[in-house]
Amino acid sequence: MIEGLNPALILVCGSLFALLVPQGLVRNGFLLILPALSLIQLLGLPDGQYAQVALFNLTLTTLRLDGLSFAFALVFHIAALLAVIYAWNLRDPVQQVVGLLYPGAALGVVLAGDLVTLFVCWELAAISSVFLIWARRTGRAYRAGLRYLVIQVGSGVLLLAGIIVHIQATGSVTFDHLGLGSPGATLMLVAFGIKAAFPLLHNWLQDAYPEATVTGTVVLSAFTTKMAIYALARGFAGTELLITIGTVMAMFPIFYAVIENDLRRVLAYSMNNQLGFMVVGIGIGTPLALDGAVAHAFADILFKALLFMSMGAVLLRAGTVNGSELGGLYKSMPLTTVFCIVGAASISAFPLFSAFVTKSLILEAAAREGHWIPFLFLLFASAGVFHHAGIKIPYFAFFAHDSGIRCREAPMPMLVAMGIAAALCIGIGVFPDVLYAILPYSIDFDPYTTTHIITQLQLLAWSALAFSVLVRTGIYPPELRSVNLDFDWTYRRLLPVASNRIWALALRVWEAFNAGAERRVEMLIAALSRHHGPRGLLAATWPSGSMALWAVLLLGVCLVFYYL
Amino acid sequence: MTAPPAPTDRPERKYWLDDPRNVDKIFYGLVLICAGLFLADFFYHKHINFAFEDWFGFFAWYGFVCCVALVLLAKQMRKLVMRDEDYYGD
Repeated sequence: MIEGLNPALILVCGSLFALLVPQGLVRNGFLLILPALSLIQLLGLPDGQYAQVALFNLTLTTLRLDGLSFAFALVFHIAALLAVIYAWNLRDPVQQVVGLLYPGAALGVVLAGDLVTLFVCWELAAISSVFLIWARRTGRAYRAGLRYLVIQVGSGVLLLAGIIVHIQATGSVTFDHLGLGSPGATLMLVAFGIKAAFPLLHNWLQDAYPEATVTGTVVLSAFTTKMAIYALARGFAGTELLITIGTVMAMFPIFYAVIENDLRRVLAYSMNNQLGFMVVGIGIGTPLALDGAVAHAFADILFKALLFMSMGAVLLRAGTVNGSELGGLYKSMPLTTVFCIVGAASISAFPLFSAFVTKSLILEAAAREGHWIPFLFLLFASAGVFHHAGIKIPYFAFFAHDSGIRCREAPMPMLVAMGIAAALCIGIGVFPDVLYAILPYSIDFDPYTTTHIITQLQLLAWSALAFSVLVRTGIYPPELRSVNLDFDWTYRRLLPVASNRIWALALRVWEAFNAGAERRVEMLIAALSRHHGPRGLLAATWPSGSMALWAVLLLGVCLVFYYL
Repeated sequence: MTAPPAPTDRPERKYWLDDPRNVDKIFYGLVLICAGLFLADFFYHKHINFAFEDWFGFFAWYGFVCCVALVLLAKQMRKLVMRDEDYYGD
């Protein structure tokens, strides 16, 4: 442990050195040691503020450790370590470097004590992460990455504007509770909202994540959205508006998840839905709700990583993650199937699995505060998430009708990473107090009451019954190769088409104007040529005799007038 | 990316789930579990925050109704939002 050294620096700087280390076992070892060192540094630091730097007349606190930042920093390390193990066989330097640079930047965000450091890390995370999408090296991924980058950097620009306005107004650069009410804070809320995938600002998530590489999606799923959740919890706890936003977020993506064919995109929608629960928790703002949001973010990083890892393994082995082409893979990939089911049970909040002990904090907090409408919607969303992530993902990938695909089981490093993630998901579910102990408000809550266990099992079992009945009666919509229009339609289709139309219209007006002007010029030329052209009266060449005659006549007239 | 296909000269192993009767068994097992959980409301005192939570079997039928509504609405939504796979020309 080095006094005051920011663990994020170990990851950010270390990842750049990785390129100098020879590819193979040595580099893999190096990549594994970096987050381990950073974790040791984090665990050794007592709560407090460190590494204060003077910048012009501002004092930056580049490292702040307290209950809230510790929980996020800890789970970020676990996620980074899991991703390194998962990508053990990967030999792509881009993904190896960015696989730690980007988590390092995200770590910098949750450890930043001031807004300037927050902004720098926020942008570094945005710019570095896009390489995990581009590393797929297809035209489709390239374009999706560009769209992703524009939106991510857009969030950064809004954040910067908000920070400048905020510093101008308050003179303070500290990142603490902001609350709504000032223009600077509102701008920052929108910036955070983009990365937290608020409704209508959400679509970069479902657009870009499924286009990233096998490992890339696993890494991406852990950090960007969760650092936004952290920022919201820090800056906007108890902002009532967030209850409504979060409820909508928890609801609408589940409808898309039901009809989506790309199973990694289904997971992206379900992630959006889980973020909704966290945003509701932050909006409620009581200690129980905030601890719930943090705990659920912690659990979500792990089970979502596990689910994305299992789908990544399917993509690697079967060459596709389209539900319409998969099925029966449990025969070829039994271990991956088991791990996927553990992830599915965790996200669905089965007793003994992680979300059961984390999501219930948020629901309980909503109930205690009397928010019955959000409560009913979150319950709907809980049933829905079991339906599309808990059942649909494992069912269409590993069971359903046998697609005839026969492939090998996932490679050993992937199985190890999935195994550890699965063990953590179950561990949190079985020993919730271990997680509760690191939460910022150290709540006292027992998730394993008879009421909670039975009501949750009723909700889940009857949701499963609904799925089975709908599938057996043929009402359940089949998986179809298709694209579902979401908000990205506005900037991928509406705006281009509208701008093309406007451009074409402007072009037509310009051409009409040009044609009119040209006609006028031509008429002018014609008139000139009529009068002054070769046959024009005024431009005809006259014989010198007639000239002399006219001169004599003129002189004659002058003479006559002279004598008069 | 994909693994070589399995050798075809030996018959493939028959799995327990390959038999539709076993799938039926799972389904009826689930029905039994659901019935049991529904009736469980007789046997314990619910700790609740809202009055509606105390309605008999509330969480069971709410889950069922929500899931059916979810699927039926999503199915209708397809008419509105579903397009051909290369709609965006990727």
